[in-house]
Amino acid sequence: MARRSRTPGRAAPYWLVLPAGLWLAAFFLVPLASMASLSLQSGDLVDGFEQTFRWQNYRDGLDVYGPVLGRSLGYGLAATLLCALLAYPAAYWIAFHGGRRRQWYLFLIVSPYFVSFVLRTIAWRQLLTDEGPLLGPLKDAGLLDAGFRVLDTSGAVIAGLAYNFLPFMVLPVYVALARVGRELPEAARDLYASRTQAFLRVVLPLSAPGVFAGVVLTFVPMSADYVNAEVLGGPGDTMIGSVVRAEYFDNSAYPAASALSFTLMAVLLLAVLGYARAFGARRVLGEP
Amino acid sequence: MIGRLYTWALVGWLLLPVAVMAVFGFNDADPRRNVRWDGFTLHWYAHLLDRPDLTRALLNSLAIALVSAAVATVLGTLAGLALGRHRFRGRGSANVLVLMTIACPELVLGAALLSLFVTLNVPRGFGTVVAAHVMVALGFVAVTVRARVGALDPAVEEAARDLGAGPWTRFRLITLPLIAPGAVAGALLAFTLSIDDFVLTGFTAGSTVTFPLWVYGSLRTGVPPQVNALGTLLFAAGVLVAALSARSRRAS
Repeated sequence: MARRSRTPGRAAPYWLVLPAGLWLAAFFLVPLASMASLSLQSGDLVDGFEQTFRWQNYRDGLDVYGPVLGRSLGYGLAATLLCALLAYPAAYWIAFHGGRRRQWYLFLIVSPYFVSFVLRTIAWRQLLTDEGPLLGPLKDAGLLDAGFRVLDTSGAVIAGLAYNFLPFMVLPVYVALARVGRELPEAARDLYASRTQAFLRVVLPLSAPGVFAGVVLTFVPMSADYVNAEVLGGPGDTMIGSVVRAEYFDNSAYPAASALSFTLMAVLLLAVLGYARAFGARRVLGEP
Repeated sequence: MIGRLYTWALVGWLLLPVAVMAVFGFNDADPRRNVRWDGFTLHWYAHLLDRPDLTRALLNSLAIALVSAAVATVLGTLAGLALGRHRFRGRGSANVLVLMTIACPELVLGAALLSLFVTLNVPRGFGTVVAAHVMVALGFVAVTVRARVGALDPAVEEAARDLGAGPWTRFRLITLPLIAPGAVAGALLAFTLSIDDFVLTGFTAGSTVTFPLWVYGSLRTGVPPQVNALGTLLFAAGVLVAALSARSRRAS
C-alpha cells in the first residue's frame, strides 16, 4: 500500500505542472527568446530579415523614441501617484468602517470591469467632448471659457489611466489594511498616541506592503498602455505602446519594434527592482 | 461620514462611464453621431444584431473566452495544486515563471508572440488568440487555486488514504470538491480577462475581429449605439453571474 501510493506521489507534482509548464514555455519563454533574436536582426519585409547581431537597433530606438519612452514612464508615474492618493482613503474606509458590507463595496469597485476597458475609455471620450454632457452646460452657463477642453490633454490621459487601473490599487491596499485590524491602532491610542500618530506610526507602515503591490500592479501596465493616450490624448501625448504597435503593423519594422519592446520591458523591470530595493523588499513582502 | 461620502464618490466616478454607455444605448440619435441625447428609444435593442460584422465579433469574443477559460482553468488548476501542496525541485522557478506572466505588460507579451508568429510564419487567427489568452489567464488561475490549496487541511486526504482510497479516487472525491471554489473563481477571472482583452488580442488576432477590436476600429467612423446596448447587456450578465457565484459560495 505504502509503496503503491508513494511512487506516483513523488512524480505527481511534475505531472501536474507539466501541461502548464509546456504552455508557458511555448507561448511565453520561446516568444521572448524569439523577440530577443528578432531585435538583433537587420533587413526588411521584402528582402527578409537576417541575424546580424545589430545592437544598433536598440540605440536607434532610444535615439528616436527616447522622449516617448520618457513620457510613457512619466505618465505612468503620475497616474500611479494619482491612483495611490485616490485609492488609499477608500480602501482605509472600507477596511475599518465598511462593517458587514465590505465585500459589497469591493464588488462595486471592481464591477466596471464587466464592461470592456475599451468601451469605458470611449465612454469617457463621449462624456468629455468639448460640447458634451459635462463641459457643454458649464460653458453655456459661462462658468468655463468656450475654448476650454479636457480631451487631447496630458491630464486627460493621466486621469484615464488612473481611472482604468484604480481597482488594482484599491484591492491590495485594502487587503493589507484589513490585515492590520482594529486592535493595534486602538492599543496605540490607549498608549496616548494621537489619532494622527496612530495612523502615521502604526497603520501606514503596516499597510506599506499593500501600497507596494498596488504600485507595481498599476505602474507597469499603465506605462505600457496606449489605449488611453490614443482615445483621450492629443498628438503630443503618444505613448510607447502606440509606437511599438505602429512599428509592427504599419511599418513592418520587426527588429526595431522588438528592440523597443525589450527596452520597455527592461526599463520597467529596473524601475520595479529599484523601487523594491529602496522600499526594502523583504519588509514589503512581509517576510521576517 | 466623510469616509463614506468619499468612497461613494469614488464608486460613482468608477461607474460613471458605465452609466454613460448604458444611457447612450437608449438614445434616439443618428447612429453615426451618438454623442448628444435625442430622446429615449428601444430601437437599438430591437436591432441589436443588425450589424453582421459586429455580431460576428461578439460571437468570436464569446467563443475565444469560453475555450481559453476552459483550457486555462484545467492547466492552471493542476499547476496551482502542485504549487500549493507539493514541495518539489523547481517549485521556486515555477512560481517565478507564473509571476512573470502576470507582471509582464501585455504589450510585451503580445509583441513577443507576434515576433514568434512572424518568424515561424504561423498564420494568426482564432487559435493564436486562444493560445495567448490561455498563457495570460493560466497564471491567475494557478495563483487562485494555490491560495485555496494552501488553506486546506492535509489530514482530510490522509484520512481518505488510510481508508484505502487510491490516488484517483482521492482526487475525485476529496481534493477536487475542496478546491472547486478556487477553480471556479479562476475560471470566471480567466473568462473576464479574455473577453475584455484588447492589447494582446490586437497583436495575435490577424484578421480575426473580437468585440473590443471591433469597437476600437469603429471609433473613427462613430461607435454605433448597438455597441452601447451590447456592452450594457454584457455588464448586466457579468454582474448577475458574479452575484450568483457569490451567493452559491456563501451557501456552501
